[in-house]
Amino acid sequence: MKTLITVILCLLLSSLGFAQDNNKETKKDTTKLEEVLVLSRRKLSNHRQEKTLSSIDDYLEKSNKVTMIKRGNYAWEPTINNMTSERLVVTIDGMQIFGACTDKMDPITSYVDVSNLEKVTIGSGQEGTENGHSIGGGIDLKLPSSKFNGSGFKSGLDLGYETNGNYKATGLDLEYTGNKFFISADGIYRKSDNYDAGNNEEILYSQFEKYNISLKTGYKFSETQSIDANVIYDKATDVGYPALPMDVSLAEALIASLTHNYKPEDKALKSLETKLYFNTITHIMDDTKRPVVAIRMDMPGWSDTYGFYSKADVVQNKHHFTFNFNGFYNKSLAEMTMFSNNPSEPDMFMYTWPDIRTLYSGIFIKDDFHFSAHETLASSIRLGYHKNKIAKEVGVQSLEIFHDNVQDQNNRFLVSLSSAYQLKKENYNLSFGLGYGERAPSVSEGYGFFLFDSFDNYDYIGNPNLKDEKALEANFSFKQKFNDFEIGLESSYFHIMDYIIGEIAPDVSSMTIGANGVRVYTALDHASIFNTYVNSSYKISERFAINGTVGYNYGKGNDGENLPLIKPFSYFAEFNYNTPKFNAALQLDGNGNQSNYSSKYGENETADYAILNLNLGNVFHNKLGKTVLKYGVENILDTKYSTYADWNNFPRQGRNFYLNLSFVLQ
Amino acid sequence: MKLKYLLPIAFIALFFSCSTDNDDDAIVNETEGLELIQTIFNNNQTIELYNEKGMFETGYNLVSLRIKDNTTDSYIEDAILSWMPMMQMPTMEHSSPKSTISKALGKDTVYEGFIIYQMTNTDASGWSLTLNYTIDGTDYSVTETISVFQYENQNTSTFMGSDGTNYILALIEPKDPSIAVNEMKVGLFKMENMMTFPVVEDYTIALDPRMPGMGNHTSPNNTDLTYNNADNFYYADLSLTMTGYWKLNLKLMNANDDVLKGEDVTDENEASSLYLELEF
Ligand SMILES: [Cu+2]
Ligand SMILES: [Cu+2]
Repeated sequence: MKTLITVILCLLLSSLGFAQDNNKETKKDTTKLEEVLVLSRRKLSNHRQEKTLSSIDDYLEKSNKVTMIKRGNYAWEPTINNMTSERLVVTIDGMQIFGACTDKMDPITSYVDVSNLEKVTIGSGQEGTENGHSIGGGIDLKLPSSKFNGSGFKSGLDLGYETNGNYKATGLDLEYTGNKFFISADGIYRKSDNYDAGNNEEILYSQFEKYNISLKTGYKFSETQSIDANVIYDKATDVGYPALPMDVSLAEALIASLTHNYKPEDKALKSLETKLYFNTITHIMDDTKRPVVAIRMDMPGWSDTYGFYSKADVVQNKHHFTFNFNGFYNKSLAEMTMFSNNPSEPDMFMYTWPDIRTLYSGIFIKDDFHFSAHETLASSIRLGYHKNKIAKEVGVQSLEIFHDNVQDQNNRFLVSLSSAYQLKKENYNLSFGLGYGERAPSVSEGYGFFLFDSFDNYDYIGNPNLKDEKALEANFSFKQKFNDFEIGLESSYFHIMDYIIGEIAPDVSSMTIGANGVRVYTALDHASIFNTYVNSSYKISERFAINGTVGYNYGKGNDGENLPLIKPFSYFAEFNYNTPKFNAALQLDGNGNQSNYSSKYGENETADYAILNLNLGNVFHNKLGKTVLKYGVENILDTKYSTYADWNNFPRQGRNFYLNLSFVLQ
Repeated sequence: MKLKYLLPIAFIALFFSCSTDNDDDAIVNETEGLELIQTIFNNNQTIELYNEKGMFETGYNLVSLRIKDNTTDSYIEDAILSWMPMMQMPTMEHSSPKSTISKALGKDTVYEGFIIYQMTNTDASGWSLTLNYTIDGTDYSVTETISVFQYENQNTSTFMGSDGTNYILALIEPKDPSIAVNEMKVGLFKMENMMTFPVVEDYTIALDPRMPGMGNHTSPNNTDLTYNNADNFYYADLSLTMTGYWKLNLKLMNANDDVLKGEDVTDENEASSLYLELEF
């Protein structure tokens, strides 16, 4: 491991050393550059999606490396490289934000909507560490950048309806852009009843309702400097979680930021962006809609984060440097009150997250060194100081029931390194990279107290003495074009040391009625995760195209046991017909049998499935603007199925007809 | 010039030094944090009884006493005291486990001891307290009716062991439980006759705390109660994982490990017949 770190460091240093090298011959191609930096950077132009009103969740699910874990019809949890939230860093425009639910009912992605965003940047493994430390990768949900192009008023209206679940969505956005000032506002409202799985089986508690509004304004006070402010308010109510024993009565977020932009002209420093931000989340779980529960309980949670970042882009000769200095302070608190079935007994109470304060500050430096016309060496380093503190004394005492030595503070120094070589030729792309990363345990892993996991039916206890989780990573990708045919392969391997996972604590009785027992977070000595995807596409004619992907994933601990939530063999095929005014796509999406499931973590074998979707779209232009119509059928054959990523194998949507209509006025 | 400044300073210093002296006298409130339970008048003396709550309740009561000389209006600092609580039942009378009375640690006028009331009548009646004390070689005695209220939970248990002996078990700690590993402290006494309740030494009491309101779950890392011959009480680690109502299931074993009272808690047997209760 040490040798590998040395190798990466050497690569990094050597590329920095070349910075002095003066060679003005090669022209920098920034667009190309960005393409290779991140695994996928799809612009959130919603008119190119299958549905204009698709959720962030739907949107992310289309990405190759992302799989969404579903506990219901709302607030899916993204995974990258078969790794869930704790191993990822998910940010909103570089802002750290942490869910307030101890049961992961509120991934960060649930607190924004497509209308808020311009694009989503997904970085695999150590390529995703620009905003924080991670093992699996990073997702940054980018807010629209300020613009002062004087385009004037613009407005848009989106309407959507889907038959399955009687799902309705409405979006409205208004925008005024001047030369020195802009203001934009958008709102979106979504409501769904229970949906039906295949064969018209109603899935109880799959309803939700949510709205999201955002306001953004900016002022440009000189040619090089501008400032902008952004506020997002997101509120979901009556959200059902069919796969969990509880629902959510309120998930509310307020996300605010103030950004200063400095873009000097004709200097090595291309841009300097500084942001101050704040966000607060309230999450209230609710079991009042469930007719039968072993015991009634209230489980509210809160998460507040304050932070900043300062990010600079410097281009010098063949080097493109990115610097990011950032820091945040988070306060996570969650509690549980249970109401005894015997009314004479008092309420039972505990802190499930005993007011954990996290302070982080770190620096990220990346260099893209274009040392020849076709070759780039991209290296990055992130160094950070991470501190956890248990603010409630009772939190220390309650963890002492399980652990001999509980300190109220824990300091960590975290390192992330990566280096990748990229070769780009006209018909040929190749890249390989190495990385090393560390992460601190999450609040639940470190300090959670009796967090019930309905997946394996165990109560989980945090462990404040966990070591940093560390990963060595190797990735490889390759793409070859033969005229109209293209084939590519991408693959990542992770060797994770001190892999954090819950281990059964024998003889400890569960708190949750009916649970199998208690697990305390501990670490496997090491674990391996591997994935590989083969993508191909063939352009049959100007209008017809076909593309397909097959994927294979593998995950095992050093004890020989399968890791949980590892995707089985998967495939996807799409047949496209495109004209400027009309498009049609027929999709086949399927998974093989999940035979390498982790029975130790409550998984069982999920059967193979395949579904068919048909998506159609028309664009009409008129004097006022344009109208986009998107419609289609999902799960045409009304297949009843569930995937490995469906919590407790609850079934997914059956046949669904949808229609989205968008008007853009300008 | 200098004197002009020095004088006031000197006065202020004098003033503060005097006032601190006065404060010292006033601060001698040796019953701070305690509530008066009852005052017993006995001719020339007044006896004040205190505890934290200002009332006697069933179970363990730590009692502080003071004797005031009514003629000098000062508290006696060198009395020798003993006591005898007594409960009058329809057919008989009995006493209860109690400690001797000694001077409270670090105090001049306060004496301390404990009484464990194992039962009471619903209207708090039935008990009287006899105090015998000696001041300067003169013996005094006074008996007064007292009120003992029923504590809401079972913090004491009177039972007959399989050896035919009657025992009294009382919960002393945790007084103020928290979600933590609490120190549990229990007193165990044998009923030798109606008036004598000696401490039982060197037994073991197995501990199994449960929450009947929540599927009867237990908590980890509890230890059994063992005898401490320094203070004649039994001690254990009691883990409480949440607030609420806890049933502390117990099993009493003598020095030969014979079970005298109580059963294991199992899926079929929800609770032991020997238990104490805790609520927080
Ligand atoms: Cu929740
Ligand atoms: Cu409980």
